[in-house]
Amino acid sequence: MGRYVVRRVIQAIPVILGATFLIYALVFLLPGDPIQALAGERRADPTVVAMLHNRYHLDDPFFLQYWHYLVGLFQGDFGEDYRGNAVVDVMTRAFPYTINLALTALVIEMVVGVVAGVIAALRRGRFIDNLVLISTLMVISIPTFVIGFVLQLLLGVKLHTDYGIDFFPVSFNEDAGFRAYLLPAYVLASTSLAYIARLTRTSLIEVMRADYVRTAVAKGLSPLRVVVRHGLRNALIPIVTFLGMDLGSLMGGAVITEGIFNIPGIGHQLFQSVYLRERTIVVGVVSALVLVYLFTNLVVDLLYAVLDPRIRYE
Amino acid sequence: MSEPTNTLDGKAASAEGALAKGAKGGKDAKERVASLWTDAWYDLRRNPLFIIGGLLVLFMVALAVAPQLFTDKDPNSAGFCELASSLKRPSADHWFGFDVQGCDIYTRTVWGARNSIIVGILTTSLVVLVGGTLGLLAGWLTGFWDSLLSRVTEIFFAIPLLLGGMLIMSTWQKGNAWTVSAVMAVLGWPQIYRLMRSAVISNKHNDYVVAARALGAGTRRIVTRHILPNAVAPVIVVSTINLGVYIGAEAALSYLGIGIQSPAISWGLMISDAQSRFLNAPHVLLFPAAVLSITVLAFIMLGDAVRDALDPKLR
Amino acid sequence: MTDTTKPSGARDGGPRLDAVELLGARRENLVPGTPLLEVDDLHVEFATRDGIAKAVNGVSYSVSAGETLAVLGESGSGKSVTAQAIMGILDMPPGRITAGKILFRGQDLLRMSSKARRAVRGRKIAMIFQDALSSLNPVLSVGFQLGEMFRAHHGTSRKEAKDKAIELMERVRIPAARQRVNDFPHQFSGGMRQRIMIAMALSMEPDLIIADEPTTALDVTVQAQVMDLLAELQAEFHMGLILITHDLGVVADVADKIAVMYAGRIVETSPVHELYARPAHPYTKGLLNSIPRLDQKGQNLYAIQGLPPSLLKIPTGCAFNPRCDRTQDRCLVELPPLVPVLDAEGADLPGRHSACHFWKETLHG
Repeated sequence: MGRYVVRRVIQAIPVILGATFLIYALVFLLPGDPIQALAGERRADPTVVAMLHNRYHLDDPFFLQYWHYLVGLFQGDFGEDYRGNAVVDVMTRAFPYTINLALTALVIEMVVGVVAGVIAALRRGRFIDNLVLISTLMVISIPTFVIGFVLQLLLGVKLHTDYGIDFFPVSFNEDAGFRAYLLPAYVLASTSLAYIARLTRTSLIEVMRADYVRTAVAKGLSPLRVVVRHGLRNALIPIVTFLGMDLGSLMGGAVITEGIFNIPGIGHQLFQSVYLRERTIVVGVVSALVLVYLFTNLVVDLLYAVLDPRIRYE
Repeated sequence: MSEPTNTLDGKAASAEGALAKGAKGGKDAKERVASLWTDAWYDLRRNPLFIIGGLLVLFMVALAVAPQLFTDKDPNSAGFCELASSLKRPSADHWFGFDVQGCDIYTRTVWGARNSIIVGILTTSLVVLVGGTLGLLAGWLTGFWDSLLSRVTEIFFAIPLLLGGMLIMSTWQKGNAWTVSAVMAVLGWPQIYRLMRSAVISNKHNDYVVAARALGAGTRRIVTRHILPNAVAPVIVVSTINLGVYIGAEAALSYLGIGIQSPAISWGLMISDAQSRFLNAPHVLLFPAAVLSITVLAFIMLGDAVRDALDPKLR
Repeated sequence: MTDTTKPSGARDGGPRLDAVELLGARRENLVPGTPLLEVDDLHVEFATRDGIAKAVNGVSYSVSAGETLAVLGESGSGKSVTAQAIMGILDMPPGRITAGKILFRGQDLLRMSSKARRAVRGRKIAMIFQDALSSLNPVLSVGFQLGEMFRAHHGTSRKEAKDKAIELMERVRIPAARQRVNDFPHQFSGGMRQRIMIAMALSMEPDLIIADEPTTALDVTVQAQVMDLLAELQAEFHMGLILITHDLGVVADVADKIAVMYAGRIVETSPVHELYARPAHPYTKGLLNSIPRLDQKGQNLYAIQGLPPSLLKIPTGCAFNPRCDRTQDRCLVELPPLVPVLDAEGADLPGRHSACHFWKETLHG
């Protein structure tokens, strides 16, 4: 197990280097002067442009620029926006909101998704199975932002105005505490939840057909024990892999969800920066998110080894 | 109890059978692939998922190719939008009502199909072309090139589609169907690469390929006759589903204001424009949103149906 | 049949099981020679895409305590399906038991509640599967999987269950059991894995063990070791054993009697050695002739012509008629019943039956 951990960590290093390089290259090798882009249609003052170029090493050769950026990343310096605020400060302020949102979403999608998937798998071909299949298909097809708006209208507004139930705040409200995260987290989780339900269903159906499940039944174990200990325990392995990969779309979804519900998190920050075309913040935030993504995937890989001993002892 | 008669990787073929038939110029592999598709087609024609999804896709493609057939108005003509009609509700003459600018939503929705379909098809084609070719090479060559390409893929995999899209598109000011497709293809090819690579590797060691090689068939012949036809099924399934996913991603980018730019028509853009008035004029958002969702749904249904037909194990 | 009134729970010190009378029965209370298990006219069919597959069509056999019944047949002959029906692990649907009885100690398993059935399963009747690698859960340690039997049936604590698991592993002679109890199935060799399967089946000291091709997946040298172990443990615990196999070689040394199955029916039953000497059904004869023999070196090996029938469309009359060299018109229309076989003088041959219209010719000809 120890060897496996070390190997995975070493394997992650070139990926981190490569990914940061790719991010940097994608943005800075594209045509267009970022400083001029900031100024928009107006002609920017040449002295200011020169000063900014100097500060952001924009006149250095590309690889040197990348080097400055990389060194910065590992010192926790994700750059400054064009007004001189450190991106890292902006992010530190925003991260707690996003973490709350993401964790709530994760719990919702795991619990609801797995339960729905298990029920569908065990009642295969019956009404409830078709219900799960059809509803998840619809949720996957409807874009997150549409789901967000509709739920905001129905649960945030209509529930309040028509029924007098003021449970889900329409816009983020820190006083509401945990309640404020429920609706946005459900919106954020919706697509992944649907995928998890379908994946759990397929995976469990396949596992329940395995010889070792037949053995478990032949041992005289209770149906619950057969499904949970021998079925779900094995069916969860691909789901854990999916969770790791899906974190990326969860991040993209957070940009939209936080935008809709006005949550002052990292996604909202990115949303605004994208809108205002503040390139340095976008690069900084995306770099940070990609690092988080890679790190959690590393954790998922290790978790995978815990779940599947065949990997561990390779 | 009914054993699947065909498997995606064709393990059913026995070594002797492959050798005997391989001598007649690889008829075996071709026949098996043919029967795989014949069986799949038999199932598909009876699958309501496939029929509904297929008809919807055909309809959307028709909208994209010839919007004039579905509406006599031209959204780009002068006087198309009249502020006086701003936010008017749906009526018999104007099925979807009017948006805030007083433009007819039905006409704009019909004309908006084109960009969505272009993005979907173009992105998918690029992804299959790049990912498929590289995957084939990596799977076939193995060794150094395989490791190199696979490391590169891991790097691309580290950047999520929507985040990467935001990153590039916010720098690149020229948002249109072509640039959006290019960006999504840059970020999306590794998926097909992996699929193709593993399909090639698993097929390469099948008895009938080994047999064909032992009988002196050339590399090109083995790849085109034996490996590609078997590897292509999973690629088709995933690509069909992804086509819908790309259409959704384009809408998300346009919604964020960094995808397709006005005056071009995009469903995502229409939704974005409608959001601030959603509470008092929901129809402005809901009609394009519904059409967008149905389009995405159609492709996913199609892909799902094809997968079920090609992979009888899950039935 | 059983006179014990003690509920099973009392004996085990746990209230886990219903006081199913049957569970209280002890081996020593059995009247000698009374069958432990009787399968009576069992019919099983499967709904498939192409129609109904009739997998078992009226099978009857019985096993007594301490006795070994070998069930012989090709794949698709219904031998495994019958075993799965006894265990109650058939996939239903698509499977369906359309008729018949399975009497265990006189009680019909098919008419029991699922809870009572579960108490029998693993505890009174246990099963050993063919491929131990796929039949053991890959992500749970063998210790856990062995101990699970005690935890599920006796409510044993986790720690105690582990000790029991080690004991069991030692009993089936797995070296260094204490060190290996936390290992996973893929870390063991094929023979060791099959020993673990046997240990699992033995854990509750069941009355009956069904072994479905227990040695097919193993190397020839290991096969003999595993078979010997199984036979030895069976004798020690005085269990009934149903040995399902397609391998005539495995059967000869361990079985007491043989039932040969073809297309979901029993075509011949016999005490083991008599069958080898004088088969009473053309199919059995064909099987015996197709074993390579050293004294016939250089001659062509005999093979039964044709293929086993499709269960979707079993031939009318005798199912073996398309492949049989004795086929007459009668065989095409009239299903031969399983009848007692007599010797040349007309005396009864105990335990011998054949389902062939021409058993006389086959046996004496």
